[in-house]
Amino acid sequence: MKRAAKKSLSRRIRRAEVNASSEPLLTASELKAIAERIMKFSEADETEVEIEITTDALTRFANNIIHQNVAEQVLHISVRAVMDGRTARATTNKTDEESLRRVMAAAEKLALHQPKIPGLLPMLGPQKIPKVQRFFAATAQATPQDRARGVTRVCKLAEKNKQTAAGIFSSGAMQTILANSKGLFAHHEQTRSEFSVTILEPNSSGWAKANSADIRELDPDRLAERASRKASESREPRELAPGHYTTILEPSAVLDLVGFLFYDFAGTSVMDKRSCLNDRMGKKVFGDNITLWDDVYHPFQLGAPYDGEGVPRQKVLLVDRGTPKNLVYSRATAKKMKKKPTGHGFGLPNEYGEAPMNLVFGGGDKSLDEMIRTTERGILVTRLWYIREVDPYEKVLTGMTRDGTFVVENGRVTGGIRNFRFNQNILEMLSNVEMLGPAMRAAGEESFEMVVPAMKVNKFHFSEVTKF
Amino acid sequence: MQDWATRAIDTAKRRGASYADARVMDIRQRDISTKNGEVGTLVESESLGIGIRVIASGAWGFASTDRLTQEGIDSCAAEAVAIAKASALAKHADVALAPEKAYVDTWQNPFVKDPFRIPVERQIEVLLNADKEMRRVKGVTLAEGSMTFRKIDQLFVSTIGSVIHQIKMQSGAGIVATSFAGSEIQKRSYPNSFGGQHALEGYELIEALDLVGNASRTGEEAVALHSAAQCPEITGTIILGGSQLGLQIHESIGHPIELDRVLGQEANFAGMSFLTVDKLRKLKYGSDIVNVVADARLAHGPGLGTFAYDDEGVPAQCTPIITDGLFTGYLSNRETASAIGEDRSNGTMRTESWNRLPIIRMTNISINPGTWKYGDLIADTDDAILMDTNRSWSIDDRRYHFQFSTEIGWEIKGGKKGRMIKNPSYSGITTEFWNSCDAICSRDDWTLWGTPNCGKGQPMQTMGTGHGASPARFRNIKIGVAFAK
Repeated sequence: MKRAAKKSLSRRIRRAEVNASSEPLLTASELKAIAERIMKFSEADETEVEIEITTDALTRFANNIIHQNVAEQVLHISVRAVMDGRTARATTNKTDEESLRRVMAAAEKLALHQPKIPGLLPMLGPQKIPKVQRFFAATAQATPQDRARGVTRVCKLAEKNKQTAAGIFSSGAMQTILANSKGLFAHHEQTRSEFSVTILEPNSSGWAKANSADIRELDPDRLAERASRKASESREPRELAPGHYTTILEPSAVLDLVGFLFYDFAGTSVMDKRSCLNDRMGKKVFGDNITLWDDVYHPFQLGAPYDGEGVPRQKVLLVDRGTPKNLVYSRATAKKMKKKPTGHGFGLPNEYGEAPMNLVFGGGDKSLDEMIRTTERGILVTRLWYIREVDPYEKVLTGMTRDGTFVVENGRVTGGIRNFRFNQNILEMLSNVEMLGPAMRAAGEESFEMVVPAMKVNKFHFSEVTKF
Repeated sequence: MQDWATRAIDTAKRRGASYADARVMDIRQRDISTKNGEVGTLVESESLGIGIRVIASGAWGFASTDRLTQEGIDSCAAEAVAIAKASALAKHADVALAPEKAYVDTWQNPFVKDPFRIPVERQIEVLLNADKEMRRVKGVTLAEGSMTFRKIDQLFVSTIGSVIHQIKMQSGAGIVATSFAGSEIQKRSYPNSFGGQHALEGYELIEALDLVGNASRTGEEAVALHSAAQCPEITGTIILGGSQLGLQIHESIGHPIELDRVLGQEANFAGMSFLTVDKLRKLKYGSDIVNVVADARLAHGPGLGTFAYDDEGVPAQCTPIITDGLFTGYLSNRETASAIGEDRSNGTMRTESWNRLPIIRMTNISINPGTWKYGDLIADTDDAILMDTNRSWSIDDRRYHFQFSTEIGWEIKGGKKGRMIKNPSYSGITTEFWNSCDAICSRDDWTLWGTPNCGKGQPMQTMGTGHGASPARFRNIKIGVAFAK
């Protein structure tokens, strides 16, 4: 489906035909017009309106059939009022005149019924926000039939291999604006697509997943072949004793572990003394080969180039060759900590401040094959599951391996093993990285997507083993 | 609401659906949080829309919209049918549903005080007063509090003739004191971690919690944990507090009994289950004193899993899950009940919102009270660690192997509660664990805990579940592995 030209909402309503997917998104100027209608009702000192409209569709398959197939279109209107040094937010998904008037009034009323907020900053005026191109018509136009065809091929592959496939194929688009009564106007549009597949055998499984703003970059067949191979290569898994092993973590496994560090790099987290970086900034915490940025402009990244208050996002060097150097700051946190805002604040009011949402690790040049070839005895991990923080300061995480865990012996993968539980200090892990692969956009299940490499780490602590 | 829902299923039928149901949901929510003497989040939200689920060409389709015009609803219903026809490209057999009657009914959970009519400044004042009490304790470096109120007004209509209107009012609140010292972050939460206690009640729940009256103790315990003894790494006896046992039930009983998971429908994300269908009425899940039910009826209590009808129009039921230790029941919907030859769904289809497809979810999964008085249980225990208030939880994707840690523990020696223990943790295999249970406290100490943050499904849905539990004792448990070097 092509994106519709600017027309009135009612004229753009069309009948969904068999080949159609969701309704086209409202344009930025249509969203801006809604914001202006809301601001006309405002009696607040300052008013901010954020509007997001999304269409999402997801085809879900299991047992080699499609068993769920859903689509949604959601409008989210969020209004913040500032009244006499106080601020609050109200949201709605209705665009009739009465609802817009009510949401504005609700924000004003909430704001008034609270104590003054010490140091509440005035809203920002117009900002120069860099452009990013993250909207692809091919993704926005993907139909249920497109997704069903991809899924059908994958299910047939599984059946041919006497395996069972389960997974999702999703696509969607979003359009968002942020406007305020001081003249700020920011706009972002983005598409997203994702394919994830688990291939099952009676006593083994394999998994692969990828996502992209451009659906044409997804290759369900290749991902399914990879998952299928992992399932067949991990048949009849052995049970190994728990212990400390040299461990090769594929990018998805790395992502889901290091994702637990993201809030530690928020200025507010350090100020609140709940970050693992309390008393550790500027000290060597990780190995020399660990460098980390937050960079929304990286070609493998997604997301808006501005934060919840409209501050343009900056690229921030968080860790330089093992030493934490910088944090990210919202406007309020920056003022309290005598720093400059970095464009990572959440929409106000909130208690969390800010966070780096676009982490990019510096990678290396070692291939997965080379990591395996140089390992005398170790473990190869496809993905991790149910990761939780055991110790927030020493950053001990627990979780399970899943869907493709292998033993490596004398430089080659020699078979599947039963899944391990790990209890691993992540600061230590990132001090024990022996090899790094090229950084890539990885997808997991426990963390938002980021750009990470595969890692070969020494002394990874597997504490117990399960029954499969 | 009824006009929209009826139009939706009529349009779906005209487009070729053999079955259709529609849910119109009007959701209102208030979220308040405070941190170190200031208001953090202060948001009121509302969301109204319709979700339409259909079977066409023998396969499922679902579409949702918040554009509640005639054209918007027609378009959404047509899209649901088109999606179902696309689903049929990859099907082996037509969807079959267990039979269910049509119901025309209205229901609302009872509550005393509408939380949305309580002035927000009063609610903020409670949190700020509790915050002040926690920060009075020297060593507390972070004080946090939160309240959440949610009202769901929903109408369900289906092509078999059901028209069901339900209104649910939920309330929840909790406080947390955190203390950073040396190289440790310790925290204590009241009345439970990760948001406190939540129930299908009004503001009377918040008043009964007495957050302010419990704030000082909460702060003192957080600070005291720094000088407590480290939990040893041993195999021994543990006594779990009620809220921790509630989460243990959630993870190691509630999730594995979900029939969609058992049948492989969650294999890619939430995982599968060790409870394959051959184990029904054969597996010794727990010791003889372990009796667990899935009970969505109001008679069970005002839990987050309480309702009159589930989200595919099946009445609330009480299903025996574990009976005298024997595994006796799954959580099912109309499709999965049919798939394993059951006569009827036991009514566990639930949706987070109008834009999400209902899926099998826990209702109130509760362990029946035992016979022990809490004091007698402690007095009867020679050597154990009492563990309370969850800090971390993790379990494998078939729900065999778990590891939990709690915020606080105490030694039990010679029948008496002794010194405080920090960083308590335990781990095990689900059926071995439940078979090691040798004492459960009575109804005097039984609480229907609310878990507001259960995630499942793709797209992800967050759902509230209820777990009635009282303190219980378990033997030969692996203790302290989480912090082992």
